[in-house]
Amino acid sequence: MAGALDPKPRDWALALPLAAFFALFFIAPLGLLVAISFETERQMTGTLGLGQYAAFLSDGLNLAVLRDTLLVGAKATLLCLLFGYPLAWLCTKVSARWQAVLIFLVVLPIVTSVVVRTFAWIVILGRHGIVNETILALGLSAQPLKLLFSETGVVIVLAQVQMPLMVLPLITTLQRIDPNLESASRALGAGAWRTFFKVTLPLSLPGIIAGTILTYTACVTAFVTQSLIGGSRLLFMPMMIFQQAMDLQNWPFAAAVSVIFMVSVLLIVAMLVALSRSRAARLYG
Amino acid sequence: MSQSAGHALTLRGISHAFGQVVAANAIDLDIRPGELVSLLGPSGCGKTTLLKIIAGFLRQTSGDVLVDGASISHLPTNRRRIGIVFQNYALFPHMSVAQNIAYGPIAAGRPKAETDAVVSEMLDVVQMAAFRDRLPRELSGGQQQRVALARCLAIRPRILLLDEPFSALDKNLRLDMQIEIKRLQRQSGITTVMVTHDQEEALGMSDRIAVLSRGNLEQFAPPSDIYDRPASLFVNTFVGTANLLRATVAGISASGAAVRLADGMVIETGRETTLSVGAAVLVAVRPEGMRVSATGGAGAIGAEITAVMPIGPALIYEVTLIDGSSVKVVQEREADAPLAGPVFLHLKPNRITGLFPDHSGDTHKKGN
Ligand SMILES: Nc1ncnc2c1ncn2[C@@H]1O[C@H](COP(=O)(O)OP(=O)(O)O)[C@@H](O)[C@H]1O
Ligand SMILES: [Mg+2]
Repeated sequence: MAGALDPKPRDWALALPLAAFFALFFIAPLGLLVAISFETERQMTGTLGLGQYAAFLSDGLNLAVLRDTLLVGAKATLLCLLFGYPLAWLCTKVSARWQAVLIFLVVLPIVTSVVVRTFAWIVILGRHGIVNETILALGLSAQPLKLLFSETGVVIVLAQVQMPLMVLPLITTLQRIDPNLESASRALGAGAWRTFFKVTLPLSLPGIIAGTILTYTACVTAFVTQSLIGGSRLLFMPMMIFQQAMDLQNWPFAAAVSVIFMVSVLLIVAMLVALSRSRAARLYG
Repeated sequence: MSQSAGHALTLRGISHAFGQVVAANAIDLDIRPGELVSLLGPSGCGKTTLLKIIAGFLRQTSGDVLVDGASISHLPTNRRRIGIVFQNYALFPHMSVAQNIAYGPIAAGRPKAETDAVVSEMLDVVQMAAFRDRLPRELSGGQQQRVALARCLAIRPRILLLDEPFSALDKNLRLDMQIEIKRLQRQSGITTVMVTHDQEEALGMSDRIAVLSRGNLEQFAPPSDIYDRPASLFVNTFVGTANLLRATVAGISASGAAVRLADGMVIETGRETTLSVGAAVLVAVRPEGMRVSATGGAGAIGAEITAVMPIGPALIYEVTLIDGSSVKVVQEREADAPLAGPVFLHLKPNRITGLFPDHSGDTHKKGN
């Protein structure tokens, strides 16, 4: 009698294919990576220890690369938020037809290859690119600015390339806010700015955090954009891992660097998730 | 409550169009200070549109909104001091009850002590003092409504707008809140406009009712007038139940029109009409304006019982007339009341609510 209502004991079996997929293509490689990172010898002789970690953490240059990577991601994410929030807000205010157009424009970057987009940016940011020609023509600077192969360039391009990851969650959250709340605020005597800062912004915080997590993780791991725009003089973690593994064949060190990088990013994400949890709990229980 | 006395609200020739859809068509309303007026009409007739125009969420295509005779059409919402309680209450979900109520006074730049005093006063007014630190989602529907009302009254609004205030409440709570809001409105003397599609709500609570149909104001009158002397066929059928007897105008005199019913009988209606003799007319009578009996007599109309429902002290009849139209009658349940077969229908004196031109007959004749 109860059998019809109770979940069947073997319902979990339905999740097996997915679990197997994850185990095979995600957990296993990750486990392997962690295992390799404990090899103390470059030739992977089977001697285990924390030597690779110590090697990375004891070198200030390595730590600088880690710091630069996390910072460049933070700057790009901030820029994304600065431009993405008004864009997302606009998307929820215009008519349905304009909304479709705007969302299409936002999503457009996703459907073109990262490599193609990054090369386009090289043309735009170069010494004789559109941006510099404009700056010179307007007399804003006497010399062309060094945008390409600079951190500024990396930040700008990362922000553009990852923009959809920020804007889409923001649109979803902003659309979920009851428009009557803004009307109520206005009727209670609040102007447009107070309404935005006291009602719209706090209620869109879950979307800001979701967008920030997605954009940030995408920015710090954006190998192609970082390398092509940053050039050979700027080194970020993904490129460092690539060089250690592919050029120097130092797999244990590359693995250890990967683990350190992953844990650093996860810590930052965990902080953001904790922040969103406490907000969400207050808002939606 | 230290509410200032009510303010007058005037709508002058308000029209609004959404593209091709005319949501308001030259609406004129003169609402007196302290009055509770209902905007009543079926869904989509333009009630919310009018409310939004008064609140300033929507700018009318033409016409003017005035408070105490001064136009407010040019003022943005936040400078109108018009309070609105939304159908879904629209409480700020991230603020406590007290913070919600303090929102208006803080936005107006009131000092903290004054804001705190207003919040406490409003919490007392709506009897929610025990809930001041709760979040909206921790409250029941009725409690949320009280908070929404308190938040709105905290800005001492000149006009109070209520959009379908009781539609989200279950039936028992609905009556409680209706009484409560009516009491608050009386006490504070605040001019109130309430939107509803529920005729009982409008009839029970309002000083006057504005009946709307497809953007047009059909009638603006006290509830008893709306019920007993509806200005149009639409009002007659939308408010309460109406029986429509097919007839033709037989004669017109100073005391009103006489009509010839389908079975040839001529009756005096006591109502005036602009129709000319011979025109097809619908005679509107409410179910309680007629009586069914087994015995005939002068002015009795022959009918056949199709259904009888005894409901407590009342009997509800459905009878069929000679022309095939069916008529509902509500009367007291008496021992000798007929329960089946041929009966007679008696019109009580002066209970015809109106005479309306019968357009359906025109098409019917053309069809033949
Ligand atoms: N924003 C809008 N855009 C287009 N048409 C609208 C809009 N709001 C309302 N309408 C139309 O105007 C008419 C009146 O709407 P509304 O005032 O909401 O009616 P009610 O509140 O009486 O149900 C309806 O036909 C509705 O479809
Ligand atoms: Mg409505």
